[in-house]
Amino acid sequence: MTSGLDTATEPSGPVVDGETSKRRGWGWLLLVPGMLWLAVFFLFPTVQLFFTSLYDPSGSYEQGYTMTWHFANYVDAVRDTWDLFARSFVYAGIATAVCLALGYPLAYAIAFKAGRWKHFMLVLVIAPFFTSFLLRTLSWRTILADQGPVVDFLQTILILPEDGRLLATPVAVIAGLVYNFMPFMTLPIYASLDKVDHRLIEAAGDLYASPFTGFRKVTLPLSMPGVVSGTLLTFIPASGDYINAELLGTPNQYMIGNRIQSAFLTEHNYPLAASLSLILMAIVVVMVVFYVRRTGTEDLL
Amino acid sequence: MAEGKDLHLEGVTKRFGSFVAVDDLTLTVPEGSFFALLGPSGCGKTTTLRMVAGLEDPSLGRVLIGDEDITQLRPYKRPVNTVFQSYALFPHLTIAENIEFGLRRRGVKDYQQKTSDMIELVQLTGYGDRKPVQLSGGQQQRVALGRALINVPGVLLLDEPLGALDLKLRRQMQIELKRIQTEVGITFVHVTHDQEEAMTMADTIAVMNHGVIEQMGAPGELYENPATTFVANFLGQSNLIRSDVVNSTGDDVMIDCNGQKVAVESSRSHVDGQSAWLGIRPEKIFVSEAGASERNGHNRLTGGRVTDVSFVGVSTQYLVAMPWGQELMVFEQNTGQRPPLRNGTEVDLAWSGAHAFLLDAHQDATAGMMTPEDAE
Repeated sequence: MTSGLDTATEPSGPVVDGETSKRRGWGWLLLVPGMLWLAVFFLFPTVQLFFTSLYDPSGSYEQGYTMTWHFANYVDAVRDTWDLFARSFVYAGIATAVCLALGYPLAYAIAFKAGRWKHFMLVLVIAPFFTSFLLRTLSWRTILADQGPVVDFLQTILILPEDGRLLATPVAVIAGLVYNFMPFMTLPIYASLDKVDHRLIEAAGDLYASPFTGFRKVTLPLSMPGVVSGTLLTFIPASGDYINAELLGTPNQYMIGNRIQSAFLTEHNYPLAASLSLILMAIVVVMVVFYVRRTGTEDLL
Repeated sequence: MAEGKDLHLEGVTKRFGSFVAVDDLTLTVPEGSFFALLGPSGCGKTTTLRMVAGLEDPSLGRVLIGDEDITQLRPYKRPVNTVFQSYALFPHLTIAENIEFGLRRRGVKDYQQKTSDMIELVQLTGYGDRKPVQLSGGQQQRVALGRALINVPGVLLLDEPLGALDLKLRRQMQIELKRIQTEVGITFVHVTHDQEEAMTMADTIAVMNHGVIEQMGAPGELYENPATTFVANFLGQSNLIRSDVVNSTGDDVMIDCNGQKVAVESSRSHVDGQSAWLGIRPEKIFVSEAGASERNGHNRLTGGRVTDVSFVGVSTQYLVAMPWGQELMVFEQNTGQRPPLRNGTEVDLAWSGAHAFLLDAHQDATAGMMTPEDAE
């Protein structure tokens, strides 16, 4: 893992022009398998989804649907579920902020302070992936249960009232999101921080920057690519997630993912499910473009 | 500029585990001087520099600027700036932002004017808005210099600042650095393994080896009268011949050099005992066909035979095999007075007693010689 990251710190030498054009001639062949994959598993389903979203909403699973270019599906979808969209982005936003607040110091500690424990700590960050996402989320039900240790403790120190609970509250859903997406925040930030040349931090100290100023002016800006990719990798899947709300919340905490899931799999209301999916996709794309522009990291991504 | 800003190191020692990188080093660098710490890699010169910058803590000893003890000061509180070996320019900042970095951290008001003056001093006018990656190595080097100099530090530390440049650019930057140092009058402490670089620029050179200073002095003084075999070999080249001291008569030390009598000025003898290395720089030796020399009053060694002749333009370099089996180097300037000697010619060697030196025979005669890895 480190060797791969290390090579990225090497300054890219001058490229001989003749060589690049020669490479370019054949290089595109390497893209073919990936492009085919994307065409079959992304492009085709997306187009299919788009058509599905325009089916006649009065159709049903049993009778089948007819294509009526029914754009009003989108209007209906937004009217009926805008609160779920709002809740999804609020939950995902809070979860992303908490992930950043916890993940950045963790990544910093692994990159700069862990010494010989570096690889061990990285394994610990990835270790949750060794078991199923569902199982781990289910076990959070035990952790946050009304008689469980966390609730007990919070009641003892009077943060939670006597009859207060965590399970089936927004806190539980957001905590689940934070837990499940933490590695997606930590690892990109770690990769960015690990590339930061320690001599630059020394140079900042040599030029009258206190350790904190040095961090603010040198380390943090240089780790921004990791922060941006980490927040995107956390926010995007978190806003479409439905497992955490399903297992740790109630219908009052349901997110847009829950609605899409039930429309597809329970109600078989394919036009609604498809238009919700496409709206979610569109909003996320707009937010990402805006965010990347705002942070000025287009060239760093 | 404030008076009395000499840099003092007092008994500074740095240990890494059981390895002693710098061993009880005491030296004074006078304010405004261009001081070079010269030595091979691993001799402790960079560690010394880092201790002055505050990037390493000394295990023992004190670092002072003027009367102020800075040993315990954190790097960002020291009136010292560094030009790093790799330049360490901030890649996310422009050239101007890199140069003004130190001033802005200290809250200097008119930093913009000072920055543009500095950009001009290091000859980068028009490059202020570029990023470091858009500059050549030599230009980056000048940014690193400007970024440090703009703070008008008590001492400017330069850690192999020209190491990454190609030979031609290096020569150019040597002159440039010297010009800037003279112009700003700041104390420069320059760490290098390149003896030519040190001799070109520095007022004073300290030659370091194994964590201690072998010898310190003006470049000419070190070159002409080295005190150890390490200095004799590391600064330029030397012929070292095993000899015995016969007696000391006032100004001269008489020695027996493999059966032939020669004299060395006693101020140039660094020997207490009987046996010694007689040192002569190759360019100080006159070579002539056997018996043809007219140089009276010179020391002479006879019985040599030319075994190799290499013509290098300004000079011809000879290898001369002596009767005791050693081959000596002789450089002769191509003045055109007589044609070059040919291989196999029987020759005599002569030199002035004011040009040889005597070193302690316990020292390794090959200490400080360039190995092929060092030479690249």
